[in-house]
Amino acid sequence: MALSVDIRKKMGDFQLEVQFEAEREILALLGASGCGKSVTLRCIAGILTPDEGKIVLDGVPLFDSAAKIDLPPQKRQVGYLFQQYALFPNMTVRQNIAAAVRDKQRRKAVTEEKLRQFRLEEVADKRPGQISGGQQQRAALARILASEPKTILLDEPFSALDSYLKYQLEVELAETLEQFPGTILWVSHDRNEVFRNCRRVCVLDQGKSQGTFTLRELFHEPVTEAAARLSGCKNYADAVPSGNAVSLPEWGLTLDCGKEVSADIRRVGIRAHHVTMTAANAPGAFPCEVLRVIQDVFITIVLLRPEGAAPDAPPLRMELERDAWHAAKNKGRVWITIQPRDILLLK
Amino acid sequence: MDWYPLYNSLRIAAISTVAVFFLGIFAAYYIAKLPRLVKGVLDVVLTLPLVLPPTVVGWLLLCLLGPKRPLGAWVQAAFGVKLVMTWWSAIFATVVVAFPLMYRTARGAFESFDHNLADAGRTLGRSNAWVFWRVQMPVCKQGILAGTVLAFARALGEYGATSMIAGYTPGRTATISTTVYQLWRTNDDIGALKWVLVNIAISAVFLLAVNLLETRQRQKGGGR
Repeated sequence: MALSVDIRKKMGDFQLEVQFEAEREILALLGASGCGKSVTLRCIAGILTPDEGKIVLDGVPLFDSAAKIDLPPQKRQVGYLFQQYALFPNMTVRQNIAAAVRDKQRRKAVTEEKLRQFRLEEVADKRPGQISGGQQQRAALARILASEPKTILLDEPFSALDSYLKYQLEVELAETLEQFPGTILWVSHDRNEVFRNCRRVCVLDQGKSQGTFTLRELFHEPVTEAAARLSGCKNYADAVPSGNAVSLPEWGLTLDCGKEVSADIRRVGIRAHHVTMTAANAPGAFPCEVLRVIQDVFITIVLLRPEGAAPDAPPLRMELERDAWHAAKNKGRVWITIQPRDILLLK
Repeated sequence: MDWYPLYNSLRIAAISTVAVFFLGIFAAYYIAKLPRLVKGVLDVVLTLPLVLPPTVVGWLLLCLLGPKRPLGAWVQAAFGVKLVMTWWSAIFATVVVAFPLMYRTARGAFESFDHNLADAGRTLGRSNAWVFWRVQMPVCKQGILAGTVLAFARALGEYGATSMIAGYTPGRTATISTTVYQLWRTNDDIGALKWVLVNIAISAVFLLAVNLLETRQRQKGGGR
Protein backbone atom coordinates (compact mmCIF):
# COMPACT_ATOMS: atom_id res chain seq x y z
CA MET A 1 0.00 0.00 0.00
CA ALA A 2 1.57 3.29 -1.02
CA LEU A 3 -0.69 5.81 0.72
CA SER A 4 -3.54 5.05 3.03
CA VAL A 5 -5.66 7.77 4.59
CA ASP A 6 -8.43 7.40 7.13
CA ILE A 7 -9.00 10.64 9.01
CA ARG A 8 -11.67 12.71 10.70
CA LYS A 9 -11.53 16.38 11.54
CA LYS A 10 -14.10 18.86 12.76
CA MET A 11 -13.70 22.50 11.75
CA GLY A 12 -16.57 24.61 13.03
CA ASP A 13 -19.70 23.30 11.34
CA PHE A 14 -17.66 21.38 8.84
CA GLN A 15 -16.97 17.71 9.44
CA LEU A 16 -14.28 16.00 7.40
CA GLU A 17 -14.38 12.22 7.09
CA VAL A 18 -12.05 10.92 4.44
CA GLN A 19 -10.98 7.38 3.79
CA PHE A 20 -9.11 6.09 0.75
CA GLU A 21 -6.15 4.02 -0.29
CA ALA A 22 -3.88 4.79 -3.21
CA GLU A 23 -1.34 2.57 -4.90
CA ARG A 24 1.56 3.85 -6.95
CA GLU A 25 -0.82 5.62 -9.30
CA ILE A 26 -2.47 8.94 -10.00
CA LEU A 27 -5.56 9.02 -7.81
CA ALA A 28 -7.99 11.89 -8.25
CA LEU A 29 -9.78 13.57 -5.36
CA LEU A 30 -12.86 14.93 -7.04
CA GLY A 31 -15.36 17.21 -5.36
CA ALA A 32 -17.11 20.56 -5.60
CA SER A 33 -15.28 23.55 -4.13
CA GLY A 34 -15.47 23.72 -0.36
CA CYS A 35 -15.92 19.97 0.03
CA GLY A 36 -12.68 19.49 1.96
CA LYS A 37 -10.22 18.53 -0.76
CA SER A 38 -7.56 21.03 0.26
CA VAL A 39 -8.09 20.28 3.95
CA THR A 40 -7.45 16.61 3.19
CA LEU A 41 -4.20 17.42 1.38
CA ARG A 42 -3.13 19.70 4.24
CA CYS A 43 -3.71 16.90 6.74
CA ILE A 44 -1.59 14.53 4.66
CA ALA A 45 1.19 17.10 4.35
CA GLY A 46 1.13 17.80 8.10
CA ILE A 47 0.05 21.42 7.79
CA LEU A 48 -3.23 20.64 9.55
CA THR A 49 -3.72 17.99 12.21
CA PRO A 50 -6.74 15.66 12.00
CA ASP A 51 -8.71 15.03 15.18
CA GLU A 52 -8.33 11.31 14.80
CA GLY A 53 -7.37 8.61 12.34
CA LYS A 54 -4.34 7.36 10.55
CA ILE A 55 -2.18 8.35 7.57
CA VAL A 56 0.40 5.82 6.36
CA LEU A 57 2.85 6.44 3.52
CA ASP A 58 4.90 3.50 2.20
CA GLY A 59 4.46 1.67 5.49
CA VAL A 60 5.55 4.67 7.58
CA PRO A 61 2.84 6.15 9.80
CA LEU A 62 2.80 9.93 9.29
CA PHE A 63 -0.13 10.38 11.63
CA ASP A 64 -1.78 7.96 14.00
CA SER A 65 -3.99 9.39 16.71
CA ALA A 66 -4.13 6.07 18.58
CA ALA A 67 -0.34 5.75 18.72
CA LYS A 68 0.12 9.52 19.20
CA ILE A 69 2.24 9.83 16.07
CA ASP A 70 2.20 13.18 14.26
CA LEU A 71 5.29 13.78 12.15
CA PRO A 72 6.04 17.43 11.33
CA PRO A 73 5.75 18.40 7.64
CA GLN A 74 9.55 18.47 7.40
CA LYS A 75 9.79 14.72 8.10
CA ARG A 76 6.91 13.53 5.91
CA GLN A 77 8.52 13.70 2.46
CA VAL A 78 5.27 14.85 0.96
CA GLY A 79 5.55 17.15 -2.04
CA TYR A 80 2.75 19.72 -2.12
CA LEU A 81 1.97 21.71 -5.27
CA PHE A 82 -0.04 24.68 -3.99
CA GLN A 83 -2.83 26.26 -6.03
CA GLN A 84 -0.84 29.45 -6.57
CA TYR A 85 2.43 27.45 -6.48
CA ALA A 86 3.77 29.27 -3.37
CA LEU A 87 7.15 30.03 -4.93
CA PHE A 88 9.22 32.22 -2.61
CA PRO A 89 8.86 35.69 -4.20
CA ASN A 90 12.09 36.96 -2.65
CA MET A 91 14.20 34.31 -4.36
CA THR A 92 15.13 33.54 -7.96
CA VAL A 93 13.92 30.36 -9.63
CA ARG A 94 17.34 28.81 -9.02
CA GLN A 95 17.29 29.76 -5.33
CA ASN A 96 13.75 28.42 -5.00
CA ILE A 97 14.83 25.03 -6.30
CA ALA A 98 18.06 25.04 -4.30
CA ALA A 99 16.03 25.72 -1.14
CA ALA A 100 14.45 22.28 -1.51
CA VAL A 101 17.77 20.39 -1.56
CA ARG A 102 18.90 19.90 2.02
CA ASP A 103 22.10 18.03 1.23
CA LYS A 104 24.66 20.82 0.73
CA GLN A 105 27.08 18.69 -1.27
CA ARG A 106 24.48 17.82 -3.87
CA ARG A 107 22.61 21.11 -3.83
CA LYS A 108 24.26 22.68 -6.85
CA ALA A 109 24.18 19.54 -8.98
CA VAL A 110 20.54 18.72 -8.22
CA THR A 111 19.45 22.31 -8.78
CA GLU A 112 21.15 22.55 -12.17
CA GLU A 113 19.76 19.16 -13.19
CA LYS A 114 16.20 20.23 -12.33
CA LEU A 115 16.63 23.54 -14.15
CA ARG A 116 17.66 21.60 -17.25
CA GLN A 117 15.01 18.94 -16.89
CA PHE A 118 12.23 21.52 -16.56
CA ARG A 119 13.63 23.86 -19.22
CA LEU A 120 14.06 26.69 -16.74
CA GLU A 121 17.69 27.60 -17.49
CA GLU A 122 16.75 30.82 -19.25
CA VAL A 123 14.67 32.11 -16.35
CA ALA A 124 16.86 30.63 -13.59
CA ASP A 125 17.90 34.06 -12.33
CA LYS A 126 14.47 35.64 -12.54
CA ARG A 127 12.02 35.93 -9.71
CA PRO A 128 8.66 34.16 -9.71
CA GLY A 129 6.83 37.45 -10.36
CA GLN A 130 8.77 37.94 -13.60
CA ILE A 131 7.98 34.63 -15.30
CA SER A 132 4.85 33.22 -16.94
CA GLY A 133 2.24 31.10 -15.21
CA GLY A 134 3.44 28.00 -17.01
CA GLN A 135 7.03 28.62 -16.00
CA GLN A 136 5.89 29.17 -12.44
CA GLN A 137 4.19 25.81 -12.45
CA ARG A 138 7.28 24.11 -13.85
CA ALA A 139 9.45 25.86 -11.26
CA ALA A 140 7.16 24.75 -8.43
CA LEU A 141 7.18 21.19 -9.71
CA ALA A 142 10.97 21.23 -10.15
CA ARG A 143 11.29 22.48 -6.58
CA ILE A 144 9.05 19.70 -5.28
CA LEU A 145 10.94 16.98 -7.15
CA ALA A 146 14.27 18.43 -5.94
CA SER A 147 13.10 17.69 -2.39
CA GLU A 148 12.75 13.99 -3.34
CA PRO A 149 9.25 13.35 -2.03
CA LYS A 150 7.65 9.93 -1.67
CA THR A 151 4.29 11.25 -2.79
CA ILE A 152 3.07 14.33 -4.63
CA LEU A 153 -0.12 16.24 -3.85
CA LEU A 154 -1.48 18.46 -6.62
CA ASP A 155 -3.99 21.03 -5.36
CA GLU A 156 -6.04 22.14 -8.38
CA PRO A 157 -2.88 22.41 -10.49
CA PHE A 158 -4.49 24.53 -13.21
CA SER A 159 -6.70 26.86 -11.21
CA ALA A 160 -4.13 29.65 -11.56
CA LEU A 161 -4.04 29.47 -15.36
CA ASP A 162 -6.37 30.45 -18.17
CA SER A 163 -7.96 27.70 -20.20
CA TYR A 164 -5.83 27.97 -23.34
CA LEU A 165 -2.57 27.63 -21.44
CA LYS A 166 -4.10 24.93 -19.32
CA TYR A 167 -4.34 22.39 -22.12
CA GLN A 168 -0.73 22.74 -23.15
CA LEU A 169 0.47 22.46 -19.60
CA GLU A 170 -1.74 19.54 -18.79
CA VAL A 171 0.02 17.40 -21.37
CA GLU A 172 3.41 18.50 -20.01
CA LEU A 173 2.41 17.83 -16.44
CA ALA A 174 1.09 14.37 -17.29
CA GLU A 175 4.39 13.54 -18.99
CA THR A 176 6.40 14.68 -15.99
CA LEU A 177 4.23 12.78 -13.57
CA GLU A 178 4.59 9.56 -15.55
CA GLN A 179 8.25 9.48 -14.51
CA PHE A 180 7.38 9.77 -10.82
CA PRO A 181 7.57 6.41 -9.06
CA GLY A 182 5.29 7.15 -6.08
CA THR A 183 1.66 7.95 -5.39
CA ILE A 184 0.19 11.13 -6.82
CA LEU A 185 -3.00 12.70 -5.50
CA TRP A 186 -4.62 15.02 -7.99
CA VAL A 187 -7.24 17.31 -6.46
CA SER A 188 -9.74 18.77 -8.86
CA HIS A 189 -13.30 19.94 -9.22
CA ASP A 190 -13.12 19.44 -12.99
CA ARG A 191 -14.36 16.02 -14.09
CA ASN A 192 -12.88 16.38 -17.58
CA GLU A 193 -9.43 17.05 -16.16
CA VAL A 194 -9.78 14.01 -13.93
CA PHE A 195 -11.01 11.85 -16.79
CA ARG A 196 -8.02 12.76 -18.94
CA ASN A 197 -5.33 12.27 -16.29
CA CYS A 198 -6.35 9.77 -13.65
CA ARG A 199 -7.40 6.12 -13.62
CA ARG A 200 -9.14 6.03 -10.27
CA VAL A 201 -11.20 8.64 -8.49
CA CYS A 202 -12.07 9.21 -4.84
CA VAL A 203 -15.25 11.28 -4.63
CA LEU A 204 -15.65 13.82 -1.83
CA ASP A 205 -19.02 15.32 -1.00
CA GLN A 206 -19.47 17.84 1.82
CA GLY A 207 -16.41 16.60 3.67
CA LYS A 208 -17.20 12.91 3.35
CA SER A 209 -15.45 10.53 1.00
CA GLN A 210 -17.91 8.50 -1.04
CA GLY A 211 -15.53 5.70 -1.92
CA THR A 212 -12.99 5.17 -4.66
CA PHE A 213 -14.10 4.33 -8.19
CA THR A 214 -12.57 3.54 -11.52
CA LEU A 215 -13.36 6.01 -14.28
CA ARG A 216 -15.81 3.54 -15.74
CA GLU A 217 -17.64 3.14 -12.44
CA LEU A 218 -17.82 6.87 -11.91
CA PHE A 219 -18.79 8.05 -15.36
CA HIS A 220 -20.88 5.13 -16.64
CA GLU A 221 -22.24 3.52 -13.50
CA PRO A 222 -22.26 6.04 -10.67
CA VAL A 223 -23.99 4.66 -7.61
CA THR A 224 -24.62 7.80 -5.56
CA GLU A 225 -26.09 11.15 -6.50
CA ALA A 226 -22.88 12.94 -5.43
CA ALA A 227 -20.85 10.77 -7.82
CA ALA A 228 -23.41 11.24 -10.58
CA ARG A 229 -23.35 15.03 -10.12
CA LEU A 230 -19.55 15.07 -10.29
CA SER A 231 -19.68 13.00 -13.44
CA GLY A 232 -21.78 15.75 -15.00
CA CYS A 233 -25.27 14.29 -14.81
CA LYS A 234 -27.83 17.09 -14.57
CA ASN A 235 -31.33 15.54 -14.16
CA TYR A 236 -32.42 13.93 -10.90
CA ALA A 237 -35.74 12.73 -9.53
CA ASP A 238 -37.03 10.67 -6.63
CA ALA A 239 -37.68 7.10 -7.73
CA VAL A 240 -39.83 4.19 -6.58
CA PRO A 241 -38.67 0.79 -7.88
CA SER A 242 -41.41 -1.37 -9.40
CA GLY A 243 -40.18 -4.57 -11.03
CA ASN A 244 -38.23 -3.80 -14.19
CA ALA A 245 -39.18 -0.13 -14.08
CA VAL A 246 -38.95 2.92 -11.84
CA SER A 247 -41.79 5.29 -11.28
CA LEU A 248 -40.92 8.96 -10.90
CA PRO A 249 -43.79 10.63 -9.00
CA GLU A 250 -42.45 14.17 -9.49
CA TRP A 251 -42.60 13.87 -13.27
CA GLY A 252 -45.59 11.49 -13.32
CA LEU A 253 -43.59 8.98 -15.36
CA THR A 254 -42.76 5.30 -15.22
CA LEU A 255 -39.59 4.42 -17.09
CA ASP A 256 -38.54 0.97 -18.24
CA CYS A 257 -35.06 0.03 -16.99
CA GLY A 258 -34.74 -3.21 -18.93
CA LYS A 259 -33.73 -5.16 -15.84
CA GLU A 260 -34.84 -5.83 -12.29
CA VAL A 261 -34.51 -2.62 -10.23
CA SER A 262 -33.03 -3.24 -6.80
CA ALA A 263 -35.30 -2.25 -3.89
CA ASP A 264 -32.78 0.17 -2.34
CA ILE A 265 -32.89 2.55 -5.31
CA ARG A 266 -34.16 5.99 -4.17
CA ARG A 267 -33.19 8.36 -6.98
CA VAL A 268 -32.51 8.31 -10.69
CA GLY A 269 -30.15 10.41 -12.72
CA ILE A 270 -30.55 11.10 -16.44
CA ARG A 271 -27.81 12.79 -18.43
CA ALA A 272 -29.10 15.75 -20.41
CA HIS A 273 -27.72 14.38 -23.70
CA HIS A 274 -29.52 11.08 -23.14
CA VAL A 275 -32.88 12.85 -23.24
CA THR A 276 -33.83 12.45 -26.91
CA MET A 277 -36.69 13.56 -29.13
CA THR A 278 -38.67 10.95 -30.95
CA ALA A 279 -41.80 10.55 -33.08
CA ALA A 280 -45.20 11.23 -31.50
CA ASN A 281 -46.69 8.20 -29.71
CA ALA A 282 -43.53 6.10 -30.19
CA PRO A 283 -43.37 3.15 -27.73
CA GLY A 284 -42.08 4.26 -24.31
CA ALA A 285 -42.12 7.94 -25.29
CA PHE A 286 -43.88 10.65 -23.30
CA PRO A 287 -44.99 14.15 -24.28
CA CYS A 288 -43.41 17.24 -22.76
CA GLU A 289 -44.13 20.93 -22.78
CA VAL A 290 -41.15 23.12 -23.78
CA LEU A 291 -40.51 25.65 -20.99
CA ARG A 292 -37.40 27.36 -22.23
CA VAL A 293 -34.75 27.13 -24.95
CA ILE A 294 -31.18 28.26 -24.23
CA GLN A 295 -28.51 28.53 -26.93
CA ASP A 296 -25.07 27.44 -25.72
CA VAL A 297 -21.86 27.72 -27.76
CA PHE A 298 -22.20 24.44 -29.64
CA ILE A 299 -25.41 22.93 -28.30
CA THR A 300 -28.98 23.84 -27.54
CA ILE A 301 -30.37 23.35 -24.04
CA VAL A 302 -34.12 22.74 -23.78
CA LEU A 303 -35.94 22.75 -20.45
CA LEU A 304 -38.94 20.42 -20.55
CA ARG A 305 -41.93 19.69 -18.37
CA PRO A 306 -43.38 16.17 -18.71
CA GLU A 307 -47.13 16.58 -19.12
CA GLY A 308 -47.93 14.50 -16.04
CA ALA A 309 -45.47 16.38 -13.84
CA ALA A 310 -46.34 17.90 -10.46
CA PRO A 311 -46.48 21.74 -10.48
CA ASP A 312 -43.29 22.14 -8.43
CA ALA A 313 -41.30 19.41 -10.19
CA PRO A 314 -37.81 20.37 -11.47
CA PRO A 315 -37.64 20.72 -15.27
CA LEU A 316 -36.17 17.92 -17.37
CA ARG A 317 -33.09 19.21 -19.15
CA MET A 318 -32.34 18.10 -22.70
CA GLU A 319 -29.12 18.94 -24.53
CA LEU A 320 -28.80 18.37 -28.26
CA GLU A 321 -26.95 19.56 -31.36
CA ARG A 322 -28.13 22.95 -32.57
CA ASP A 323 -29.13 21.48 -35.95
CA ALA A 324 -31.17 18.72 -34.34
CA TRP A 325 -33.24 21.28 -32.44
CA HIS A 326 -33.50 23.44 -35.54
CA ALA A 327 -35.01 20.46 -37.40
CA ALA A 328 -37.70 19.87 -34.77
CA LYS A 329 -41.16 20.56 -36.18
CA ASN A 330 -43.21 21.39 -33.12
CA LYS A 331 -41.08 23.53 -30.81
CA GLY A 332 -43.78 23.88 -28.14
CA ARG A 333 -44.55 20.23 -27.45
CA VAL A 334 -42.13 17.36 -28.02
CA TRP A 335 -42.14 13.60 -27.51
CA ILE A 336 -39.23 12.34 -25.44
CA THR A 337 -37.68 8.92 -24.99
CA ILE A 338 -34.94 7.73 -22.64
CA GLN A 339 -33.15 4.45 -23.30
CA PRO A 340 -33.32 1.97 -20.39
CA ARG A 341 -29.49 1.70 -20.26
CA ASP A 342 -29.23 5.50 -19.84
CA ILE A 343 -31.16 5.62 -16.58
CA LEU A 344 -28.69 5.91 -13.69
CA LEU A 345 -30.09 4.10 -10.66
CA LEU A 346 -28.86 5.81 -7.49
CA LYS A 347 -29.02 4.88 -3.83
CA MET B 1 28.21 74.44 20.65
CA ASP B 2 28.00 71.36 22.87
CA TRP B 3 26.97 68.38 20.74
CA TYR B 4 26.25 66.09 23.65
CA PRO B 5 22.40 66.18 23.22
CA LEU B 6 22.77 65.03 19.60
CA TYR B 7 25.04 62.16 20.55
CA ASN B 8 22.81 61.21 23.48
CA SER B 9 19.59 61.37 21.42
CA LEU B 10 21.04 59.24 18.64
CA ARG B 11 22.39 56.55 20.92
CA ILE B 12 19.15 56.35 22.91
CA ALA B 13 17.13 56.12 19.69
CA ALA B 14 19.49 53.56 18.15
CA ILE B 15 19.60 51.28 21.19
CA SER B 16 15.85 51.41 21.75
CA THR B 17 15.20 50.78 18.03
CA VAL B 18 17.29 47.62 18.15
CA ALA B 19 15.43 46.48 21.26
CA VAL B 20 12.02 47.37 19.84
CA PHE B 21 12.88 45.68 16.51
CA PHE B 22 13.29 42.28 18.14
CA LEU B 23 10.62 42.74 20.81
CA GLY B 24 8.06 43.98 18.28
CA ILE B 25 8.71 41.20 15.76
CA PHE B 26 8.74 38.57 18.49
CA ALA B 27 5.43 39.83 19.90
CA ALA B 28 3.84 40.17 16.46
CA TYR B 29 4.89 36.65 15.42
CA TYR B 30 3.65 34.89 18.52
CA ILE B 31 0.56 36.98 19.23
CA ALA B 32 -0.72 36.40 15.68
CA LYS B 33 -0.95 32.69 16.56
CA LEU B 34 -2.91 33.10 19.83
CA PRO B 35 -6.66 32.57 20.24
CA ARG B 36 -8.76 35.58 19.34
CA LEU B 37 -9.72 36.64 22.89
CA VAL B 38 -6.17 36.57 24.28
CA LYS B 39 -4.99 38.31 21.13
CA GLY B 40 -7.55 41.10 21.59
CA VAL B 41 -6.59 41.73 25.21
CA LEU B 42 -2.82 41.68 24.55
CA ASP B 43 -3.33 43.90 21.55
CA VAL B 44 -4.99 46.59 23.66
CA VAL B 45 -2.37 46.38 26.40
CA LEU B 46 0.56 46.52 23.97
CA THR B 47 -0.88 49.33 21.88
CA LEU B 48 -1.91 51.48 24.84
CA PRO B 49 1.40 53.42 25.05
CA LEU B 50 0.71 54.67 21.53
CA VAL B 51 -2.38 56.57 22.59
CA LEU B 52 -1.51 57.43 26.20
CA PRO B 53 0.02 60.85 26.84
CA PRO B 54 3.80 60.44 27.34
CA THR B 55 3.47 61.93 30.82
CA VAL B 56 1.18 59.07 31.82
CA VAL B 57 3.73 56.58 30.51
CA GLY B 58 6.45 58.47 32.40
CA TRP B 59 4.47 58.43 35.62
CA LEU B 60 3.77 54.70 35.30
CA LEU B 61 7.44 54.01 34.60
CA LEU B 62 8.46 56.03 37.66
CA CYS B 63 6.00 53.98 39.70
CA LEU B 64 7.87 50.88 38.61
CA LEU B 65 11.48 52.01 38.41
CA GLY B 66 11.70 54.90 40.89
CA PRO B 67 14.34 54.50 43.63
CA LYS B 68 11.69 53.99 46.31
CA ARG B 69 9.51 51.66 44.23
CA PRO B 70 9.81 47.86 44.47
CA LEU B 71 11.77 47.20 41.26
CA GLY B 72 13.91 50.33 41.47
CA ALA B 73 14.70 49.74 45.14
CA TRP B 74 15.56 46.10 44.54
CA VAL B 75 17.94 46.88 41.67
CA GLN B 76 19.58 49.57 43.74
CA ALA B 77 20.03 47.20 46.68
CA ALA B 78 21.25 44.30 44.55
CA PHE B 79 23.46 46.09 42.03
CA GLY B 80 23.91 49.59 43.45
CA VAL B 81 22.51 51.04 40.24
CA LYS B 82 19.89 53.76 40.00
CA LEU B 83 17.37 53.12 37.22
CA VAL B 84 16.26 56.72 36.82
CA MET B 85 18.02 60.01 36.10
CA THR B 86 20.86 58.40 34.09
CA TRP B 87 21.33 58.78 30.31
CA TRP B 88 20.08 55.25 29.66
CA SER B 89 16.94 55.71 31.78
CA ALA B 90 15.46 57.36 28.71
CA ILE B 91 15.73 54.02 26.89
CA PHE B 92 12.95 52.62 29.10
CA ALA B 93 10.72 55.48 28.02
CA THR B 94 11.57 55.30 24.32
CA VAL B 95 11.20 51.52 24.18
CA VAL B 96 7.74 51.68 25.71
CA VAL B 97 6.45 54.44 23.44
CA ALA B 98 8.11 53.11 20.23
CA PHE B 99 7.17 49.47 20.77
CA PRO B 100 3.51 49.73 19.61
CA LEU B 101 4.59 51.23 16.28
CA MET B 102 6.92 48.33 15.55
CA TYR B 103 4.52 45.76 16.90
CA ARG B 104 1.53 46.98 14.92
CA THR B 105 3.30 47.41 11.59
CA ALA B 106 5.08 44.07 11.93
CA ARG B 107 1.82 42.37 12.82
CA GLY B 108 0.09 43.93 9.84
CA ALA B 109 2.89 42.66 7.61
CA PHE B 110 2.73 39.17 9.11
CA GLU B 111 -1.04 39.04 8.77
CA SER B 112 -0.88 39.81 5.05
CA PHE B 113 1.88 37.22 4.59
CA ASP B 114 0.72 34.29 2.47
CA HIS B 115 1.02 31.34 4.83
CA ASN B 116 1.17 28.93 1.93
CA LEU B 117 4.74 30.16 1.48
CA ALA B 118 5.63 29.05 5.00
CA ASP B 119 3.81 25.75 4.52
CA ALA B 120 5.61 25.21 1.22
CA GLY B 121 8.96 25.72 2.95
CA ARG B 122 8.05 23.28 5.67
CA THR B 123 6.84 20.56 3.30
CA LEU B 124 10.13 20.99 1.41
CA GLY B 125 11.89 20.02 4.63
CA ARG B 126 13.00 23.44 5.83
CA SER B 127 12.92 24.32 9.54
CA ASN B 128 10.49 26.88 10.95
CA ALA B 129 13.44 29.16 11.74
CA TRP B 130 14.70 28.94 8.15
CA VAL B 131 11.24 29.73 6.83
CA PHE B 132 10.95 32.70 9.17
CA TRP B 133 14.32 34.30 8.45
CA ARG B 134 14.70 33.37 4.79
CA VAL B 135 11.13 33.74 3.53
CA GLN B 136 8.76 35.46 5.93
CA MET B 137 11.10 38.28 6.99
CA PRO B 138 12.29 39.13 3.44
CA VAL B 139 8.73 39.01 2.10
CA CYS B 140 7.53 41.27 4.94
CA LYS B 141 10.59 43.53 4.58
CA GLN B 142 8.60 46.62 3.60
CA GLY B 143 6.39 46.48 6.67
CA ILE B 144 9.24 45.63 9.01
CA LEU B 145 11.34 48.47 7.60
CA ALA B 146 8.46 50.91 7.92
CA GLY B 147 7.94 49.85 11.53
CA THR B 148 11.63 50.25 12.30
CA VAL B 149 11.74 53.73 10.79
CA LEU B 150 8.65 54.82 12.68
CA ALA B 151 10.03 53.38 15.92
CA PHE B 152 13.34 55.19 15.43
CA ALA B 153 11.64 58.47 14.60
CA ARG B 154 9.37 58.14 17.62
CA ALA B 155 12.30 57.29 19.90
CA LEU B 156 14.30 60.26 18.59
CA GLY B 157 11.39 62.62 19.18
CA GLU B 158 10.40 61.31 22.62
CA TYR B 159 10.07 64.10 25.17
CA GLY B 160 7.43 63.66 27.89
CA ALA B 161 8.26 60.33 29.44
CA THR B 162 12.00 60.93 28.90
CA SER B 163 12.00 64.21 30.78
CA MET B 164 10.18 62.56 33.69
CA ILE B 165 12.38 59.51 33.98
CA ALA B 166 15.78 60.89 32.91
CA GLY B 167 15.31 64.55 33.68
CA TYR B 168 17.48 67.26 32.12
CA THR B 169 21.10 67.35 33.20
CA PRO B 170 23.36 69.06 30.63
CA GLY B 171 26.14 66.74 29.53
CA ARG B 172 24.50 63.73 31.19
CA THR B 173 20.85 63.14 30.37
CA ALA B 174 20.13 65.98 27.95
CA THR B 175 18.58 64.96 24.65
CA ILE B 176 17.70 67.19 21.70
CA SER B 177 14.07 67.48 22.72
CA THR B 178 14.74 68.22 26.39
CA THR B 179 17.46 70.68 25.38
CA VAL B 180 15.09 72.59 23.09
CA TYR B 181 12.59 72.87 25.92
CA GLN B 182 15.21 73.99 28.40
CA LEU B 183 16.66 76.63 26.03
CA TRP B 184 13.22 77.97 25.18
CA ARG B 185 12.32 78.11 28.87
CA THR B 186 15.44 80.19 29.60
CA ASN B 187 14.66 82.57 26.70
CA ASP B 188 17.60 81.33 24.60
CA ASP B 189 15.77 81.40 21.27
CA ILE B 190 18.95 81.31 19.21
CA GLY B 191 20.16 78.20 21.01
CA ALA B 192 16.77 76.59 20.67
CA LEU B 193 16.64 77.39 16.96
CA LYS B 194 20.01 75.68 16.40
CA TRP B 195 18.73 72.45 17.92
CA VAL B 196 15.43 72.75 16.10
CA LEU B 197 17.34 72.96 12.81
CA VAL B 198 19.52 70.01 13.78
CA ASN B 199 16.44 67.96 14.58
CA ILE B 200 14.70 68.89 11.34
CA ALA B 201 17.86 68.05 9.38
CA ILE B 202 18.19 64.61 10.95
CA SER B 203 14.53 63.79 10.39
CA ALA B 204 14.62 65.01 6.77
CA VAL B 205 17.77 63.02 5.96
CA PHE B 206 16.25 60.00 7.58
CA LEU B 207 12.99 60.17 5.64
CA LEU B 208 14.89 60.86 2.41
CA ALA B 209 17.00 57.76 2.95
CA VAL B 210 13.90 55.68 3.51
CA ASN B 211 12.30 57.01 0.33
CA LEU B 212 15.43 56.23 -1.68
CA LEU B 213 15.54 52.75 -0.24
CA GLU B 214 11.92 52.18 -1.23
CA THR B 215 12.42 53.45 -4.76
CA ARG B 216 15.44 51.22 -5.26
CA GLN B 217 13.48 48.29 -3.91
CA ARG B 218 10.70 48.99 -6.41
CA GLN B 219 13.12 49.34 -9.35
CA LYS B 220 14.77 46.06 -8.50
CA GLY B 221 11.33 44.58 -9.15
CA GLY B 222 10.55 41.04 -8.20
CA GLY B 223 7.90 40.23 -5.71
CA ARG B 224 4.31 39.83 -6.66
